[in-house]
Amino acid sequence: MRKLKAHKASHVRAYREENPYIRRFLIIVSLLFTLILLVLPLLSVLVQAFGSGFALFWKAVTNIFTIKALYLTGLCVTFAVIGNVLFGLSAAWALTRYRFKGQGILVTLIDLPFAISPIIAGLIFILTYGRLGWAHPFLDEHNIKIVFAIPGLIMATIFVTIPFVAREIIPVLTARGTDEEQAAVLMGAGFFRVFFQVTFPHIRWALLYSVILCAARAMGEFGAVSVVSGHLRGKTNTLPLHIEILYNEHHYREAFAVSAILVIASVLILTARSLVERLAKKEGPQ
Amino acid sequence: MFVELKKISKKFGNFEASKQVSFALPKGALAALLGPSGSGKTTILRMIAGLETPDAGEIIIDGQSVKDLPPSQRGIGFVFQNYALFRYMTVFDNIAFGLKTQKTPKSKIKERVFELLSLIGLDDLAKRYPAQLSGGQKQRVAFARALAPWPRILLLDEPFAAIDAKVRRELRAWLRRMISRLKITSVFVTHDQSEAIEVADRIIVTNEGRVEQTGSPIELYRSPATSFVARFIGESTVVSDCRALVGFENAPEGEGAVRPEFVSVYAQGEAVQFENSVQDGEIESLAFRGDALEVSVKVGAYSLGANYSLEKPPLAVGDQVKVLIYRLYAFESGRAVLISNNRLANGGAGYNFAI
Repeated sequence: MRKLKAHKASHVRAYREENPYIRRFLIIVSLLFTLILLVLPLLSVLVQAFGSGFALFWKAVTNIFTIKALYLTGLCVTFAVIGNVLFGLSAAWALTRYRFKGQGILVTLIDLPFAISPIIAGLIFILTYGRLGWAHPFLDEHNIKIVFAIPGLIMATIFVTIPFVAREIIPVLTARGTDEEQAAVLMGAGFFRVFFQVTFPHIRWALLYSVILCAARAMGEFGAVSVVSGHLRGKTNTLPLHIEILYNEHHYREAFAVSAILVIASVLILTARSLVERLAKKEGPQ
Repeated sequence: MFVELKKISKKFGNFEASKQVSFALPKGALAALLGPSGSGKTTILRMIAGLETPDAGEIIIDGQSVKDLPPSQRGIGFVFQNYALFRYMTVFDNIAFGLKTQKTPKSKIKERVFELLSLIGLDDLAKRYPAQLSGGQKQRVAFARALAPWPRILLLDEPFAAIDAKVRRELRAWLRRMISRLKITSVFVTHDQSEAIEVADRIIVTNEGRVEQTGSPIELYRSPATSFVARFIGESTVVSDCRALVGFENAPEGEGAVRPEFVSVYAQGEAVQFENSVQDGEIESLAFRGDALEVSVKVGAYSLGANYSLEKPPLAVGDQVKVLIYRLYAFESGRAVLISNNRLANGGAGYNFAI
């Protein structure tokens, strides 16, 4: 996305020469879409949430089930980020630094969660680890609960977010080549010294950026989580699921109040993202 | 011999990067691996360093086979083509890196780094980052970084490729001075013959994965062993049929190479010593090169390069001239054979160098 921006900037001059009506039309269309689809609905969430006063909002937000859902969402986000960083760094390193069989397949598979509908992702987990799943007898025997329990939620969240870090890091590592690492190895540096002193400084911004995106996606995940959750209130409900339940039970105020938490979190995340972008740009390609 | 390669072969898939490569270098040599791109010279360098493993053959450094030695144990300093400086480390930390991995004491590291910084003349830049350096400065830092851990051999991959022409000349002389002062056995890769001739005391000419010839620059120039070397070294013009040239009717059939210093051009009306040894030609182009004119003269189907003294009568493009070819390299089944003009009285005078 950063690249896209830079790309646009370099072409601004060319577009300026064009027909002023087209220019105006395009700007209006973009603004109108943003306004109708984004700004108005988001504002109305906030208006609805705080519309009956802060006290009511606070009551909905501090409701025990909301707190528990918030905690569960936080848990899912944390694990999604950890899983993503571990997998993303390993996969990016392996794909760009080694040659091995199945490389092409791995590249394709990394993208799969982006292409597949989250609901399918949820169903896959049910069919694997659920009561009818092939892994169920083993899990049952060892008293491990995955589906309709917290491990299932975490796994589903990791599944839908898994491409984020790998996708950001791979191009950075590819573009950089391996010269610096080879130089370090020639001078006797071990793997960890090479990674932390030579490679990591190059990817730290991309990593942070992708972690932020991953967190945003994990926080809002609904489809896959909805399937594996079983909607046990206070036990397996994340914030988005909790909102759905509130809404279905016609507790509109509460639903909007809880939604406001997610909206505010999103805004904070976007702010963090722009901040990271700006900092990374300031440091520049050394 | 300090560094020895014995029948090294290396394949990448179906591509044969090295075919039975053998050469040996004495201690303290400054050698150039010279060849066109894709001739396998960088692969040879990387195999000496241990960055690639040969499929067959043996590499011996200081009497010891390095087959089972990992790169870091071989005592190699390597200067990468684009320097590969650590971009997020200062100049000081770059140079200190190899010493740190060797667990050298801190005070010793500092001493060594500053010693090298003053050697390369960049004492004031210790705290700079690579991005804040010019191309020439980066190269010097890469050089110092490679030297810091006291290597036995210095390897340089196209050390001047990324530097603009003007600075390149200075750096060549600088590098030659540095290496002869340090007396460290060095091998550098280049595709530029003038660079190899100017800097190296030994040249290993590679072509299509093979070593064509190894020798001093003068040896290579004076007696190219193969047709490839005869073409590659010097400003040769390749002629497809030697016998078409006056004075070479008895030369071996086939291709040959004519160097500018083999050719004399006589302006119309100028006295020619051996009338029957010359042929007609036409001036195609003229270029002033300071002390002489660089002339391209059309003889039959060939455009030969020649030098023309400024003392002689002036020439213009299109002028009809007489051309005397003293000698040429005839290619005989891959070898280069020096043949003299058979109509010259003192025909076999040979190749006189004023060195």
